[in-house]
Amino acid sequence: MVNLGVSVGDLKLKNPVLTASGTFGYGTEFDDFIDVSSLGGIILKGTTMEPREGNPYPRMAETPSGMLNTVGLQNKGIDYFEKNIYPVISRYDTNIIVNINGSYIEDYIALAERINRLEKIPAIELNISCPNVKMGGMAFGTNPGSAREVTREVRSVYSKVLIVKLSPNVTDISDFARIAEEEGADSVSLINTLLGMAIDIKTMRPALSTVTGGLSGPAVKPVALRMVWQAAKAVKIPVIGIGGIMSAGDAIEFFLAGASAIQVGTASFVDPQISVSILEGIQKYLAEKGYSDIKEIIGLINR
Amino acid sequence: MAKRIEDFTVKENRRLNNDLFVLELTGNNYLPSLKPGQFCQVKIEGNPETFLRRPISIHDVDYEQNTIKLLVQIAGKGTKKLSSLRQGDILNIIYPLGNSFSLPAENTQILLVGGGCGVAPLLFLGKYLKSKGYKPDVLLGFRNSDRIIEYDECSGIGTVYLTTEDGSKGEKGFVTDHKVLKDHHFDHICCCGPESMMKAVAGYCLKHGIECEVSLEHLMACGFGVCLCCVVNTLNGNLCSCIDGPVFNTKELKW
Repeated sequence: MVNLGVSVGDLKLKNPVLTASGTFGYGTEFDDFIDVSSLGGIILKGTTMEPREGNPYPRMAETPSGMLNTVGLQNKGIDYFEKNIYPVISRYDTNIIVNINGSYIEDYIALAERINRLEKIPAIELNISCPNVKMGGMAFGTNPGSAREVTREVRSVYSKVLIVKLSPNVTDISDFARIAEEEGADSVSLINTLLGMAIDIKTMRPALSTVTGGLSGPAVKPVALRMVWQAAKAVKIPVIGIGGIMSAGDAIEFFLAGASAIQVGTASFVDPQISVSILEGIQKYLAEKGYSDIKEIIGLINR
Repeated sequence: MAKRIEDFTVKENRRLNNDLFVLELTGNNYLPSLKPGQFCQVKIEGNPETFLRRPISIHDVDYEQNTIKLLVQIAGKGTKKLSSLRQGDILNIIYPLGNSFSLPAENTQILLVGGGCGVAPLLFLGKYLKSKGYKPDVLLGFRNSDRIIEYDECSGIGTVYLTTEDGSKGEKGFVTDHKVLKDHHFDHICCCGPESMMKAVAGYCLKHGIECEVSLEHLMACGFGVCLCCVVNTLNGNLCSCIDGPVFNTKELKW
């Protein structure tokens, strides 16, 4: 039997397969397809203090081996979440992690305080990397000063596991990983989507309502892998790898580069069972290679 | 209704014209009970450029044969690939997705209005309504006589009225110009077609106090309420056309 358990700070994951925020709803959408509790954890849809309607349609454009989106953090706000969603998903026997967002630092602080009180939420993912909102989001995660400040302030009010989700839209992602570590984050997750755009040449108009959007899918995987490798070398806290993972082989590349866990994102849109297939594939790979513990291959190429 | 992810086998790929075809698919498992208006997400194999599934509405269902039909328009690389499928090929689909057309009160006079390949969900709907004791009629609009599809199939449902934009067959003009709308009384219209046509039909219905349901076609990534890309602007805020639709009563829409 291969040991797939990993730790992210004080958070114990029974296996390293998580699902990325915004690609897995609240988990319940997948109940028809998989046993959600078999995963190491799920990262919920980006949540804000107030309800948000998000951006106008069209919000999506397919691009070679990927897609652009500009959802803009549509969600019903923390009150609705606490009252209607939290009680339903508390039954999952896995780690439920809330991805938190805001326009101002005060929003992040208030949300972190609220979620700190929720017994069944052992961790938050601080999203300072959403490319699709006018205020906040990526603006925090692409400026070293504000990245530092928001991480520090959230850390001061949040006592459980704090994961900071980093933006790839920066010159050197190691700087931001170090800032998160210095300010007390337990982990960094990366990458969020890469800022991109597409134009419909039939209508001669941008494909997305906001012109630019976030690129995800297998197209971004080499960039994500490189950044995970850089971040893993720069910090001692665990790195969670995200970006275009479509197979167990893709996930294993991230482990070898230094990721302690991975998140499956866009792939779940195409195959809602893929997170479980990837988990099974990782197990099989390790067994075939003769490893008894996944930790043996984490960061292997850096040794 | 539980959603499934299953392989189907292509039984027939019937070409209707240059850019439209009907795929008849046999299920490897028994079909669940399907409702008119629902759709499937079809996987496109073998090309990383067509990475996402394609949402396609259910055109017809035969529980005895355990088959479904999909009426598909070639709109890009993904649907082009589907058009090349042959008997025996395997297609992976997620289904049944979305809501369905509503069942109005008994004795409601229903008209099904289709534009071009918008007839796709209406054949299933018409047969379903007929099986439930309704007597729906059908009004179809096409650009010209060469573009007419599924006329014979629809004639099994009720009377089929026809318009073409150039007058080459049926009445000349748009569906909203057809005299059946003046000659007959309808309580309820179910419509699918180009958005401009559905808006015109919705406007007509609003003016004449007719209930109107439309099936919308919005770009989506997942099809099961997760990506939040296929939103429709409604009186209740942004709703997903994949789970809250694709069928909407036009009174709810901010058109």
